[in-house]
Amino acid sequence: MTRPRLVTGARLRYDEVREEHVLLVPEGAVRLNPTAAEVLGLCDGEHSLDDIVGVLSQRYDGSDVGDDVRDLVDAMTQRGLLVDSAA
Amino acid sequence: MHCPYCSNPVDIGAERYHHELSTDDWIRTFRQARGLGVLQLALTGGEPMLRRDLVALCAAACEVGLYSSLITAGTLFTPERARALKAAGLDHVQISIQSPDAQDNNRIAGNRSFEKKIAAARLARELDFPLTINCVLHRQNLDRIEELLQLTLDLGAQRLELANTQYYGWAVVNQEALLPTWEQLRRGEEAVKRFRERVGPRVDVLWVLPDFYEDLPKPCMGGWGRTALVVSPDGAVLPCQAASTIPGLAFANVREHDLDWIWNESEAFARFRGTDWMQEPCRSCPLGRQEEDWGGCRCQALRLTGDPAATDPVCRLSPHHERVVSARESAQTDEFVYRAMKRPARV
Repeated sequence: MTRPRLVTGARLRYDEVREEHVLLVPEGAVRLNPTAAEVLGLCDGEHSLDDIVGVLSQRYDGSDVGDDVRDLVDAMTQRGLLVDSAA
Repeated sequence: MHCPYCSNPVDIGAERYHHELSTDDWIRTFRQARGLGVLQLALTGGEPMLRRDLVALCAAACEVGLYSSLITAGTLFTPERARALKAAGLDHVQISIQSPDAQDNNRIAGNRSFEKKIAAARLARELDFPLTINCVLHRQNLDRIEELLQLTLDLGAQRLELANTQYYGWAVVNQEALLPTWEQLRRGEEAVKRFRERVGPRVDVLWVLPDFYEDLPKPCMGGWGRTALVVSPDGAVLPCQAASTIPGLAFANVREHDLDWIWNESEAFARFRGTDWMQEPCRSCPLGRQEEDWGGCRCQALRLTGDPAATDPVCRLSPHHERVVSARESAQTDEFVYRAMKRPARV
C-alpha cells in the first residue's frame, strides 16, 4: 500500500443526527471515531502512508502515530474500503 | 420484466398502485428521513427508472445528505440518463441479472434484456459509479454460479449480491420450480469460497443460505422497525416490503403524517417491534436469540402458520418447523408461471 485512497463510491461524512463521523459505502455505513476520520480524510490517493503519518504526527505534537495509522489502513484495506491508487 | 421469482404482490397491476407520490412528496420524505438518522436511500421498485423525475429525486437525496443507490433492471439505463444521474449526485448503481448466460437470462426474465443489462453495467463503470450486480438465485440458475462470479469480475463490479429467492408474491406461485437442492447450494457455497480466496476484498460477495435450508431464523430486516423502513410508491410506509400481506395492519402515509411520527408512534411499526409481542417458544427462547433474530420473519410466520405473531417456522423450535422441512423436500417441477401486470395470477 503506497498511496491509499477510499474505494470508488465511498463517502466520508459527518452525521449531524448521531454527531459522529461515518464512512458511507454502497448499502452500508461504518462508524468512525474522530481519529479514524482524520486518517481516512488523508487517504486521497495523493498522500503516501508516510506522508499521512507525518501530517498526523505533526498535528499531535510529534507523538508516534505510525503503528495506529498502519493498523487502521490495513484493517480498512482488508475490508475493501481502501485501495492503493498506484494499483 | 416478468421474473417468476418476484417478491412483488401478485396484484401488482392493480388500481391502488397507480397513485404515486409527487416529486415534492418524495423530497419532503427524504428530508424527514435524514432528520430521523437515515443514511442510506435505495431507489427501488418495480423499476425506478420509470419515474420521469428520477434525476430531480437523486439531486434532492444528495442535497439532504442521503447516500443513494439505484436498484434497477438496467434496461432503461441509457447513456443520456445515466450521465444526468451522475451529475445529480447518484452514488451507486445496482443492476439485476437473471443468469450470466444470455439465453437463460432472457428465458427466466421473460424478455430479451441480457444485452441491455450488460451494456448498462459497462456504462455504470465508465461513469465511475460503484457497481453491484444482483442475481436472485434459485434452482434454475444456481448451477451457473461460477460463470456469474466471473462475469461480475469482468464487468468491474465491486459487489455481487447472491440473493436467494424469498418466497413472497410471485415466488410463492412458482415455489416448486424455484426451490434449490441441497447439492446445488453446497456447490454454490464452495464456488463462492474459492472466488473469495482468489479475488480477495476487491469484490464483496454476499451469499446467505435461503431461509428454507436453515433451522434458525434470520433477523428479518434487522428486526421489525429497528433499522429500515420502506416507503411504497403511493406513500404508505412499511416496516418491510412484504408487510402489506399481514392482514389488519394499517400503514400510515407520508401524505398525512411525517416520518418521525410514523416511525415512533404508528401502530404498524410498534406492532412487532422489540420483544414484548413475542409468543412461545420465542418468549422464553432457550437459545437466548430474542434480540439476535427478533423472532425471524413476520410474513413467513403468517404464510406458514396463519399467525403473523408466531415464531418463524424456520426455527427448529417452532411447532410448525415441519412445514419448512416438507417444502424444501417437495421441489419437483421446472415450470414457471410468469409475472404479469394485466392478468390476475392463479394462486
